[in-house]
Amino acid sequence: MSFRQAVESGKFVISCEVGPPKGANMEALLKEADLLQGRVDGVNATDLQAACMRVSSLATCVLLKERGLDPILQMVCRDRNRLALQSELLSAYVLGVKTVLCLTGDHVVLGDHVEAKPVFDLDSVSLLRAAQGLIEGHDLAGNELAGAPADLFLGAIVTPGADPVEPQIYKLHSKVAAGARFIQTQAVYDGPVFERFMERTEKEGIEVPILAGIVLLKSAGMARYMNANVAGVTVPDGLIKEMAAAGEKDKAAKAEGKKAGNVVRTSIEIAGRLIRELKPLCRGVHLMPLGWGHHVPAVLEAAGL
Amino acid sequence: MIASELKPNEEILGYLTGEERVFVVACDGCSAGCKVSDPEHTAEMVAELQNQGKTVTGTARVEMACSPGLVALMLMQQLKAVREADGILVMSCGAGIQTVAQAVEKPVHPATNSIYLGGFAGLWRSEPRCAECGNCMLDYTGGICPYTACSKSLLYGSCGGPNKGMCEVDPGVPCGWVRIYERLAALGQAERLKELPPLRNFRKMLPAAERRRASLWALELVEPEEMAKEA
Repeated sequence: MSFRQAVESGKFVISCEVGPPKGANMEALLKEADLLQGRVDGVNATDLQAACMRVSSLATCVLLKERGLDPILQMVCRDRNRLALQSELLSAYVLGVKTVLCLTGDHVVLGDHVEAKPVFDLDSVSLLRAAQGLIEGHDLAGNELAGAPADLFLGAIVTPGADPVEPQIYKLHSKVAAGARFIQTQAVYDGPVFERFMERTEKEGIEVPILAGIVLLKSAGMARYMNANVAGVTVPDGLIKEMAAAGEKDKAAKAEGKKAGNVVRTSIEIAGRLIRELKPLCRGVHLMPLGWGHHVPAVLEAAGL
Repeated sequence: MIASELKPNEEILGYLTGEERVFVVACDGCSAGCKVSDPEHTAEMVAELQNQGKTVTGTARVEMACSPGLVALMLMQQLKAVREADGILVMSCGAGIQTVAQAVEKPVHPATNSIYLGGFAGLWRSEPRCAECGNCMLDYTGGICPYTACSKSLLYGSCGGPNKGMCEVDPGVPCGWVRIYERLAALGQAERLKELPPLRNFRKMLPAAERRRASLWALELVEPEEMAKEA
Protein backbone atom coordinates (compact mmCIF):
# COMPACT_ATOMS: atom_id res chain seq x y z
CA MET A 1 0.00 0.00 0.00
CA SER A 2 1.40 3.39 -0.98
CA PHE A 3 1.52 6.38 1.38
CA ARG A 4 -1.33 7.95 -0.58
CA GLN A 5 -3.44 4.79 -0.33
CA ALA A 6 -2.70 4.62 3.40
CA VAL A 7 -3.83 8.24 3.88
CA GLU A 8 -6.93 7.75 1.75
CA SER A 9 -7.81 4.36 3.30
CA GLY A 10 -8.47 5.86 6.72
CA LYS A 11 -5.92 3.62 8.48
CA PHE A 12 -3.48 5.03 11.07
CA VAL A 13 -0.60 6.30 8.91
CA ILE A 14 3.09 6.21 9.83
CA SER A 15 5.71 8.31 8.09
CA CYS A 16 9.34 8.93 8.99
CA GLU A 17 11.91 11.42 7.72
CA VAL A 18 15.50 10.82 6.69
CA GLY A 19 18.05 13.62 6.38
CA PRO A 20 20.28 13.53 3.27
CA PRO A 21 24.00 13.80 4.11
CA LYS A 22 26.34 16.72 3.63
CA GLY A 23 28.62 14.91 1.22
CA ALA A 24 28.39 12.09 -1.30
CA ASN A 25 28.33 9.13 1.12
CA MET A 26 24.78 7.75 1.22
CA GLU A 27 25.66 4.56 3.12
CA ALA A 28 24.35 5.57 6.56
CA LEU A 29 21.12 7.00 5.15
CA LEU A 30 20.38 3.87 3.12
CA LYS A 31 21.13 1.62 6.09
CA GLU A 32 18.68 3.66 8.16
CA ALA A 33 16.12 3.46 5.34
CA ASP A 34 16.41 -0.34 5.21
CA LEU A 35 15.33 -0.51 8.86
CA LEU A 36 12.09 1.24 7.84
CA GLN A 37 11.14 -1.42 5.27
CA GLY A 38 7.65 -2.71 6.03
CA ARG A 39 7.39 -0.51 9.14
CA VAL A 40 6.26 2.83 7.68
CA ASP A 41 3.90 3.98 4.92
CA GLY A 42 6.08 6.78 3.59
CA VAL A 43 9.58 8.21 4.01
CA ASN A 44 10.20 11.97 3.78
CA ALA A 45 13.53 13.18 2.41
CA THR A 46 14.22 16.64 3.82
CA ASP A 47 15.15 19.50 1.48
CA LEU A 48 18.41 21.18 2.59
CA GLN A 49 17.17 20.90 6.16
CA ALA A 50 18.01 23.82 8.46
CA ALA A 51 19.17 25.78 5.39
CA CYS A 52 22.37 23.68 5.19
CA MET A 53 23.77 22.54 1.82
CA ARG A 54 23.35 18.77 1.33
CA VAL A 55 22.35 16.05 -1.17
CA SER A 56 18.96 16.96 -2.65
CA SER A 57 15.62 15.62 -1.56
CA LEU A 58 14.83 14.43 -5.09
CA ALA A 59 18.02 12.35 -5.47
CA THR A 60 17.36 10.79 -2.07
CA CYS A 61 13.73 10.06 -2.98
CA VAL A 62 14.80 8.20 -6.14
CA LEU A 63 17.23 6.04 -4.10
CA LEU A 64 14.51 5.35 -1.51
CA LYS A 65 12.09 4.33 -4.25
CA GLU A 66 14.68 1.95 -5.75
CA ARG A 67 14.80 0.24 -2.34
CA GLY A 68 11.03 -0.26 -2.29
CA LEU A 69 10.10 2.58 0.08
CA ASP A 70 7.46 5.14 -0.83
CA PRO A 71 9.30 8.49 -0.85
CA ILE A 72 7.84 11.87 0.10
CA LEU A 73 9.64 14.75 -1.63
CA GLN A 74 10.04 17.77 0.63
CA MET A 75 10.27 21.07 -1.24
CA VAL A 76 11.13 24.44 0.28
CA CYS A 77 10.88 27.83 -1.44
CA ARG A 78 14.12 29.30 -0.13
CA ASP A 79 16.45 28.17 -2.91
CA ARG A 80 14.51 28.22 -6.19
CA ASN A 81 12.18 30.55 -8.06
CA ARG A 82 8.84 29.55 -9.56
CA LEU A 83 10.40 28.18 -12.77
CA ALA A 84 12.77 25.85 -10.94
CA LEU A 85 10.14 24.72 -8.42
CA GLN A 86 7.59 23.81 -11.09
CA SER A 87 10.28 22.10 -13.14
CA GLU A 88 11.33 20.01 -10.14
CA LEU A 89 7.72 18.97 -9.52
CA LEU A 90 7.55 17.67 -13.10
CA SER A 91 10.99 16.07 -12.79
CA ALA A 92 10.01 14.27 -9.59
CA TYR A 93 6.86 13.00 -11.24
CA VAL A 94 8.63 11.59 -14.29
CA LEU A 95 11.04 9.79 -11.94
CA GLY A 96 8.06 8.20 -10.14
CA VAL A 97 8.15 10.43 -7.04
CA LYS A 98 4.53 11.45 -6.68
CA THR A 99 4.07 12.63 -3.08
CA VAL A 100 5.28 16.15 -2.28
CA LEU A 101 5.38 18.06 1.00
CA CYS A 102 5.37 21.82 0.33
CA LEU A 103 7.10 24.12 2.83
CA THR A 104 8.30 27.72 2.92
CA GLY A 105 11.68 26.76 4.39
CA ASP A 106 14.01 28.17 7.03
CA HIS A 107 15.69 31.47 6.22
CA VAL A 108 19.29 31.25 4.93
CA VAL A 109 20.61 33.11 7.98
CA LEU A 110 19.76 30.02 10.10
CA GLY A 111 21.94 27.75 7.96
CA ASP A 112 25.53 27.26 6.84
CA HIS A 113 25.58 29.67 3.86
CA VAL A 114 24.40 32.83 5.59
CA GLU A 115 25.44 35.13 2.74
CA ALA A 116 23.27 33.36 0.15
CA LYS A 117 20.33 35.07 -1.55
CA PRO A 118 17.05 33.92 0.01
CA VAL A 119 14.63 33.38 -2.89
CA PHE A 120 11.07 32.97 -1.50
CA ASP A 121 9.58 33.81 -4.90
CA LEU A 122 6.81 31.42 -3.81
CA ASP A 123 5.89 30.21 -0.33
CA SER A 124 4.20 27.06 0.95
CA VAL A 125 0.71 28.20 -0.12
CA SER A 126 1.69 29.42 -3.57
CA LEU A 127 3.85 26.31 -4.17
CA LEU A 128 0.77 24.20 -3.39
CA ARG A 129 -1.21 26.34 -5.86
CA ALA A 130 1.50 25.86 -8.47
CA ALA A 131 1.50 22.08 -7.94
CA GLN A 132 -2.30 21.93 -8.00
CA GLY A 133 -2.19 23.86 -11.29
CA LEU A 134 0.23 21.30 -12.77
CA ILE A 135 -2.11 18.51 -11.66
CA GLU A 136 -4.88 20.31 -13.54
CA GLY A 137 -2.68 20.61 -16.64
CA HIS A 138 -1.30 24.15 -16.62
CA ASP A 139 1.64 26.06 -15.17
CA LEU A 140 1.58 29.24 -13.05
CA ALA A 141 1.66 31.42 -16.15
CA GLY A 142 -1.40 29.60 -17.51
CA ASN A 143 0.46 27.65 -20.22
CA GLU A 144 -0.96 24.24 -21.06
CA LEU A 145 1.21 21.20 -20.24
CA ALA A 146 1.99 18.37 -22.62
CA GLY A 147 0.90 15.73 -20.12
CA ALA A 148 -0.24 16.64 -16.62
CA PRO A 149 1.24 15.02 -13.47
CA ALA A 150 -2.36 14.16 -12.63
CA ASP A 151 -1.76 11.97 -9.58
CA LEU A 152 0.70 14.13 -7.66
CA PHE A 153 -0.29 13.92 -3.98
CA LEU A 154 0.28 17.17 -2.06
CA GLY A 155 0.92 17.77 1.61
CA ALA A 156 1.84 20.62 3.92
CA ILE A 157 2.89 21.28 7.50
CA VAL A 158 1.52 23.15 10.51
CA THR A 159 2.84 24.11 13.96
CA PRO A 160 0.12 23.10 16.47
CA GLY A 161 1.95 24.69 19.41
CA ALA A 162 2.54 28.09 17.77
CA ASP A 163 2.01 31.14 19.94
CA PRO A 164 -0.15 32.83 18.75
CA VAL A 165 -1.78 29.87 16.96
CA GLU A 166 -4.39 31.86 14.96
CA PRO A 167 -2.06 32.85 12.08
CA GLN A 168 -1.19 29.13 11.75
CA ILE A 169 -4.87 28.17 11.58
CA TYR A 170 -5.53 30.75 8.84
CA LYS A 171 -2.49 29.56 6.92
CA LEU A 172 -3.60 25.92 7.30
CA HIS A 173 -6.95 26.95 5.88
CA SER A 174 -5.16 28.49 2.86
CA LYS A 175 -2.95 25.40 2.45
CA VAL A 176 -5.94 23.08 2.27
CA ALA A 177 -7.74 25.47 -0.10
CA ALA A 178 -4.60 25.53 -2.27
CA GLY A 179 -4.44 21.73 -2.59
CA ALA A 180 -2.92 20.07 0.52
CA ARG A 181 -4.36 16.57 1.01
CA PHE A 182 -2.37 15.61 4.10
CA ILE A 183 -0.62 17.47 6.91
CA GLN A 184 2.50 16.56 8.90
CA THR A 185 3.00 18.67 12.01
CA GLN A 186 5.95 20.24 13.81
CA ALA A 187 7.07 18.28 16.90
CA VAL A 188 4.34 17.66 19.50
CA TYR A 189 5.20 16.90 23.16
CA ASP A 190 2.10 18.18 24.89
CA GLY A 191 -1.08 16.12 24.42
CA PRO A 192 -3.57 18.74 25.74
CA VAL A 193 -2.06 21.50 23.52
CA PHE A 194 -2.39 19.20 20.50
CA GLU A 195 -5.96 18.29 21.46
CA ARG A 196 -6.93 21.98 21.63
CA PHE A 197 -5.32 22.54 18.23
CA MET A 198 -7.29 19.65 16.71
CA GLU A 199 -10.50 21.09 18.19
CA ARG A 200 -9.70 24.45 16.57
CA THR A 201 -9.19 22.88 13.14
CA GLU A 202 -12.48 21.02 13.49
CA LYS A 203 -14.28 24.21 14.50
CA GLU A 204 -12.80 25.95 11.43
CA GLY A 205 -14.14 23.15 9.25
CA ILE A 206 -10.64 22.09 8.16
CA GLU A 207 -10.99 18.47 7.09
CA VAL A 208 -7.62 17.02 6.14
CA PRO A 209 -5.74 14.01 7.56
CA ILE A 210 -3.23 15.29 10.14
CA LEU A 211 -0.12 13.30 11.13
CA ALA A 212 1.30 14.40 14.50
CA GLY A 213 5.04 15.12 14.44
CA ILE A 214 7.24 13.14 16.84
CA VAL A 215 10.84 14.23 17.42
CA LEU A 216 12.92 11.87 19.60
CA LEU A 217 14.32 13.62 22.67
CA LYS A 218 18.05 12.89 22.88
CA SER A 219 18.76 14.62 26.19
CA ALA A 220 17.37 17.08 28.72
CA GLY A 221 19.67 19.70 27.18
CA MET A 222 18.11 19.22 23.74
CA ALA A 223 14.64 19.67 25.26
CA ARG A 224 15.70 22.90 26.97
CA TYR A 225 17.33 24.12 23.76
CA MET A 226 14.13 23.49 21.80
CA ASN A 227 12.03 25.28 24.42
CA ALA A 228 14.26 28.33 24.13
CA ASN A 229 14.87 28.36 20.38
CA VAL A 230 12.41 26.31 18.33
CA ALA A 231 9.21 28.10 17.38
CA GLY A 232 6.02 26.46 18.59
CA VAL A 233 7.75 23.57 20.40
CA THR A 234 7.30 23.23 24.15
CA VAL A 235 8.61 20.20 26.00
CA PRO A 236 6.77 19.89 29.35
CA ASP A 237 8.94 19.98 32.50
CA GLY A 238 7.99 16.40 33.43
CA LEU A 239 9.62 15.03 30.26
CA ILE A 240 12.75 17.15 30.78
CA LYS A 241 13.05 15.73 34.32
CA GLU A 242 12.68 12.15 33.04
CA MET A 243 15.45 12.73 30.49
CA ALA A 244 17.67 14.46 33.07
CA ALA A 245 17.27 11.55 35.52
CA ALA A 246 18.15 9.05 32.76
CA GLY A 247 21.21 11.16 31.92
CA GLU A 248 22.36 11.07 35.56
CA LYS A 249 21.98 7.28 35.68
CA ASP A 250 24.02 6.92 32.49
CA LYS A 251 26.73 9.20 33.88
CA ALA A 252 26.94 7.06 37.03
CA ALA A 253 26.98 3.82 35.01
CA LYS A 254 29.78 5.15 32.79
CA ALA A 255 31.79 6.17 35.88
CA GLU A 256 31.58 2.55 37.05
CA GLY A 257 32.61 1.33 33.61
CA LYS A 258 29.14 -0.13 32.94
CA LYS A 259 27.04 0.09 29.78
CA ALA A 260 24.85 3.21 29.64
CA GLY A 261 21.48 2.89 27.90
CA ASN A 262 19.04 4.76 30.09
CA VAL A 263 18.80 7.89 27.94
CA VAL A 264 17.96 5.93 24.79
CA ARG A 265 15.49 3.71 26.66
CA THR A 266 13.76 6.72 28.21
CA SER A 267 13.63 8.57 24.89
CA ILE A 268 12.02 5.57 23.20
CA GLU A 269 9.61 5.11 26.09
CA ILE A 270 8.54 8.79 25.99
CA ALA A 271 8.00 8.70 22.20
CA GLY A 272 5.98 5.48 22.46
CA ARG A 273 3.84 6.93 25.24
CA LEU A 274 3.25 10.17 23.26
CA ILE A 275 2.17 8.27 20.16
CA ARG A 276 -0.31 6.20 22.21
CA GLU A 277 -1.66 9.44 23.74
CA LEU A 278 -1.99 11.24 20.38
CA LYS A 279 -3.31 8.26 18.40
CA PRO A 280 -7.02 8.80 19.19
CA LEU A 281 -6.72 12.50 18.25
CA CYS A 282 -5.27 12.31 14.73
CA ARG A 283 -4.83 10.22 11.59
CA GLY A 284 -1.21 9.21 12.00
CA VAL A 285 2.27 10.08 13.17
CA HIS A 286 5.28 11.52 11.41
CA LEU A 287 8.60 10.56 13.03
CA MET A 288 11.60 12.88 12.91
CA PRO A 289 14.43 10.90 14.55
CA LEU A 290 17.20 13.47 13.77
CA GLY A 291 20.04 10.96 13.47
CA TRP A 292 18.43 8.31 15.67
CA GLY A 293 16.73 6.53 12.78
CA HIS A 294 18.06 3.18 14.01
CA HIS A 295 15.79 3.52 17.07
CA VAL A 296 12.60 3.98 15.01
CA PRO A 297 11.61 0.27 15.02
CA ALA A 298 11.90 0.26 18.85
CA VAL A 299 9.77 3.43 19.06
CA LEU A 300 7.06 1.84 16.92
CA GLU A 301 7.14 -1.25 19.14
CA ALA A 302 6.86 0.91 22.26
CA ALA A 303 3.87 2.63 20.67
CA GLY A 304 2.23 -0.69 19.87
CA LEU A 305 2.30 0.00 16.12
CA MET B 1 12.37 60.39 -3.65
CA ILE B 2 10.00 57.42 -3.86
CA ALA B 3 8.24 57.54 -7.20
CA SER B 4 4.61 56.46 -7.24
CA GLU B 5 1.67 56.22 -9.60
CA LEU B 6 -2.07 56.06 -9.02
CA LYS B 7 -3.70 52.64 -8.90
CA PRO B 8 -6.55 52.11 -11.38
CA ASN B 9 -9.86 53.52 -10.09
CA GLU B 10 -11.55 50.10 -10.18
CA GLU B 11 -8.92 48.70 -7.83
CA ILE B 12 -9.34 51.59 -5.37
CA LEU B 13 -13.13 51.36 -5.47
CA GLY B 14 -12.84 47.60 -4.91
CA TYR B 15 -10.99 48.28 -1.66
CA LEU B 16 -13.78 50.65 -0.57
CA THR B 17 -16.58 48.13 -1.11
CA GLY B 18 -18.88 48.32 1.90
CA GLU B 19 -17.39 51.61 3.13
CA GLU B 20 -19.70 54.59 2.55
CA ARG B 21 -17.70 57.31 4.30
CA VAL B 22 -14.08 57.86 3.34
CA PHE B 23 -11.40 60.19 4.69
CA VAL B 24 -8.60 61.06 2.26
CA VAL B 25 -4.97 61.68 3.26
CA ALA B 26 -2.73 63.18 0.55
CA CYS B 27 1.03 63.61 0.89
CA ASP B 28 2.66 66.84 -0.21
CA GLY B 29 6.08 65.21 -0.61
CA CYS B 30 7.35 62.71 -3.18
CA SER B 31 3.96 61.56 -4.44
CA ALA B 32 2.84 65.17 -4.97
CA GLY B 33 6.03 65.66 -6.97
CA CYS B 34 4.99 62.66 -9.08
CA LYS B 35 1.65 64.40 -9.79
CA VAL B 36 -0.18 61.68 -7.87
CA SER B 37 -1.25 63.49 -4.69
CA ASP B 38 -0.79 67.13 -5.65
CA PRO B 39 -3.89 69.31 -4.98
CA GLU B 40 -5.21 68.89 -8.51
CA HIS B 41 -5.07 65.08 -8.54
CA THR B 42 -6.33 64.86 -4.97
CA ALA B 43 -9.37 66.94 -5.97
CA GLU B 44 -9.92 64.60 -8.94
CA MET B 45 -9.84 61.59 -6.62
CA VAL B 46 -12.31 63.20 -4.20
CA ALA B 47 -14.65 64.02 -7.13
CA GLU B 48 -14.38 60.43 -8.40
CA LEU B 49 -15.25 59.04 -4.96
CA GLN B 50 -18.27 61.36 -4.77
CA ASN B 51 -19.32 60.35 -8.30
CA GLN B 52 -19.32 56.77 -7.09
CA GLY B 53 -21.70 57.68 -4.27
CA LYS B 54 -19.14 57.88 -1.47
CA THR B 55 -19.19 60.57 1.19
CA VAL B 56 -15.78 62.15 1.68
CA THR B 57 -15.79 63.14 5.36
CA GLY B 58 -12.61 65.20 4.97
CA THR B 59 -9.22 65.55 3.34
CA ALA B 60 -5.88 66.09 5.04
CA ARG B 61 -2.79 67.29 3.22
CA VAL B 62 0.33 66.17 5.09
CA GLU B 63 3.66 67.75 4.27
CA MET B 64 5.41 64.37 4.56
CA ALA B 65 3.11 61.37 5.15
CA CYS B 66 6.17 59.30 6.13
CA SER B 67 6.47 61.44 9.28
CA PRO B 68 4.44 59.97 12.17
CA GLY B 69 4.44 63.36 13.94
CA LEU B 70 3.10 65.30 10.98
CA VAL B 71 0.48 62.63 10.23
CA ALA B 72 -0.73 62.66 13.85
CA LEU B 73 -0.86 66.48 13.85
CA MET B 74 -2.91 66.72 10.65
CA LEU B 75 -5.31 63.95 11.68
CA MET B 76 -5.83 65.50 15.12
CA GLN B 77 -6.95 68.74 13.45
CA GLN B 78 -9.75 66.82 11.70
CA LEU B 79 -10.49 64.26 14.37
CA LYS B 80 -14.26 64.39 13.87
CA ALA B 81 -14.05 63.77 10.12
CA VAL B 82 -11.56 60.92 10.68
CA ARG B 83 -13.82 59.32 13.31
CA GLU B 84 -16.85 59.57 11.00
CA ALA B 85 -15.07 57.69 8.23
CA ASP B 86 -15.39 53.92 7.66
CA GLY B 87 -11.93 53.86 6.13
CA ILE B 88 -9.00 56.03 5.07
CA LEU B 89 -7.70 56.34 1.52
CA VAL B 90 -4.03 57.35 1.44
CA MET B 91 -2.39 59.00 -1.55
CA SER B 92 1.33 58.67 -0.81
CA CYS B 93 4.17 56.19 -1.12
CA GLY B 94 4.03 52.88 0.75
CA ALA B 95 5.92 54.31 3.72
CA GLY B 96 3.31 57.06 4.10
CA ILE B 97 0.41 54.61 3.85
CA GLN B 98 1.92 52.48 6.62
CA THR B 99 2.57 55.55 8.76
CA VAL B 100 -1.12 56.52 8.51
CA ALA B 101 -2.12 52.90 9.32
CA GLN B 102 -0.01 53.06 12.49
CA ALA B 103 -1.80 56.26 13.51
CA VAL B 104 -5.44 55.13 13.10
CA GLU B 105 -7.40 52.06 14.17
CA LYS B 106 -9.35 52.01 10.92
CA PRO B 107 -8.95 50.20 7.60
CA VAL B 108 -6.38 52.07 5.52
CA HIS B 109 -6.32 51.69 1.74
CA PRO B 110 -3.53 52.52 -0.71
CA ALA B 111 -4.43 54.74 -3.68
CA THR B 112 -0.99 54.28 -5.22
CA ASN B 113 1.66 51.83 -6.27
CA SER B 114 5.19 52.84 -5.27
CA ILE B 115 7.39 51.96 -8.19
CA TYR B 116 11.00 52.93 -7.63
CA LEU B 117 13.42 54.82 -5.47
CA GLY B 118 14.90 57.85 -7.13
CA GLY B 119 17.53 59.85 -5.28
CA PHE B 120 17.20 59.02 -1.61
CA ALA B 121 14.75 57.02 0.49
CA GLY B 122 11.69 58.76 1.95
CA LEU B 123 12.23 62.32 3.01
CA TRP B 124 11.52 61.55 6.62
CA ARG B 125 13.20 58.83 8.68
CA SER B 126 10.46 56.54 9.97
CA GLU B 127 10.04 52.89 10.81
CA PRO B 128 7.75 51.73 7.97
CA ARG B 129 9.66 50.76 4.87
CA CYS B 130 8.43 50.52 1.29
CA ALA B 131 9.88 47.97 -1.15
CA GLU B 132 8.71 49.92 -4.21
CA CYS B 133 7.17 46.65 -5.44
CA GLY B 134 4.88 48.40 -7.92
CA ASN B 135 1.79 46.53 -6.70
CA CYS B 136 0.87 47.84 -3.27
CA MET B 137 -0.72 45.12 -1.08
CA LEU B 138 -1.34 47.31 1.99
CA ASP B 139 -5.11 47.04 1.59
CA TYR B 140 -4.98 43.26 2.04
CA THR B 141 -2.43 43.37 4.86
CA GLY B 142 -3.96 45.95 7.19
CA GLY B 143 -1.53 48.73 6.27
CA ILE B 144 1.61 46.75 7.17
CA CYS B 145 3.88 45.87 4.23
CA PRO B 146 4.41 42.06 4.00
CA TYR B 147 7.47 42.52 1.80
CA THR B 148 9.41 44.67 4.26
CA ALA B 149 7.88 43.56 7.58
CA CYS B 150 8.43 39.82 6.88
CA SER B 151 12.04 38.60 6.62
CA LYS B 152 11.00 36.22 3.85
CA SER B 153 8.74 38.78 2.14
CA LEU B 154 5.89 36.26 2.25
CA LEU B 155 2.49 37.14 0.80
CA TYR B 156 0.36 34.30 2.16
CA GLY B 157 0.75 34.49 5.93
CA SER B 158 3.21 33.54 8.60
CA CYS B 159 5.80 30.81 8.06
CA GLY B 160 6.44 28.29 10.84
CA GLY B 161 9.27 30.44 12.17
CA PRO B 162 7.85 33.01 14.59
CA ASN B 163 8.63 32.22 18.22
CA LYS B 164 6.24 33.88 20.66
CA GLY B 165 5.46 36.45 17.97
CA MET B 166 9.12 37.21 17.16
CA CYS B 167 10.90 36.54 13.83
CA GLU B 168 13.09 33.44 13.36
CA VAL B 169 15.69 35.53 11.53
CA ASP B 170 16.08 38.17 14.24
CA PRO B 171 14.40 37.40 17.58
CA GLY B 172 14.52 41.14 18.37
CA VAL B 173 12.08 41.90 15.55
CA PRO B 174 8.34 41.11 15.74
CA CYS B 175 7.02 38.74 13.05
CA GLY B 176 5.48 40.88 10.30
CA TRP B 177 2.66 38.40 9.74
CA VAL B 178 1.80 38.18 13.43
CA ARG B 179 1.58 42.00 13.37
CA ILE B 180 -0.61 41.85 10.26
CA TYR B 181 -2.85 39.21 11.89
CA GLU B 182 -3.18 41.26 15.09
CA ARG B 183 -3.95 44.45 13.17
CA LEU B 184 -6.61 42.73 11.02
CA ALA B 185 -8.09 41.00 14.09
CA ALA B 186 -8.34 44.39 15.85
CA LEU B 187 -10.21 45.74 12.80
CA GLY B 188 -12.47 42.66 12.76
CA GLN B 189 -11.02 41.65 9.37
CA ALA B 190 -8.96 38.56 10.21
CA GLU B 191 -11.14 36.44 7.90
CA ARG B 192 -9.51 38.28 4.99
CA LEU B 193 -6.47 36.06 5.58
CA LYS B 194 -8.44 33.28 3.89
CA GLU B 195 -8.30 35.24 0.62
CA LEU B 196 -5.52 34.21 -1.72
CA PRO B 197 -4.32 37.28 -3.67
CA PRO B 198 -2.50 36.82 -7.01
CA LEU B 199 1.20 35.93 -6.92
CA ARG B 200 3.69 38.75 -6.66
CA ASN B 201 4.63 40.15 -10.08
CA PHE B 202 8.34 40.89 -10.03
CA ARG B 203 8.17 42.41 -13.49
CA LYS B 204 6.66 45.48 -11.88
CA MET B 205 10.02 46.15 -10.24
CA LEU B 206 11.84 46.48 -13.57
CA PRO B 207 12.13 50.05 -14.83
CA ALA B 208 9.83 50.21 -17.83
CA ALA B 209 11.20 51.17 -21.23
CA GLU B 210 9.39 54.50 -21.23
CA ARG B 211 11.07 55.38 -17.94
CA ARG B 212 14.49 54.47 -19.34
CA ARG B 213 13.78 56.78 -22.27
CA ALA B 214 12.58 59.58 -20.00
CA SER B 215 14.59 62.76 -20.20
CA LEU B 216 16.09 62.58 -16.70
CA TRP B 217 17.19 58.97 -17.15
CA ALA B 218 18.72 59.89 -20.50
CA LEU B 219 20.47 62.91 -19.02
CA GLU B 220 22.00 60.84 -16.25
CA LEU B 221 22.94 57.71 -18.17
CA VAL B 222 22.95 58.20 -21.91
CA GLU B 223 24.44 61.66 -22.35
CA PRO B 224 27.58 61.05 -20.26
CA GLU B 225 28.24 57.96 -22.41
CA GLU B 226 27.82 60.01 -25.57
CA MET B 227 30.03 62.74 -24.16
CA ALA B 228 32.66 60.19 -23.18
CA LYS B 229 32.62 58.83 -26.74
CA GLU B 230 33.06 62.30 -28.24
CA ALA B 231 35.89 63.06 -25.85
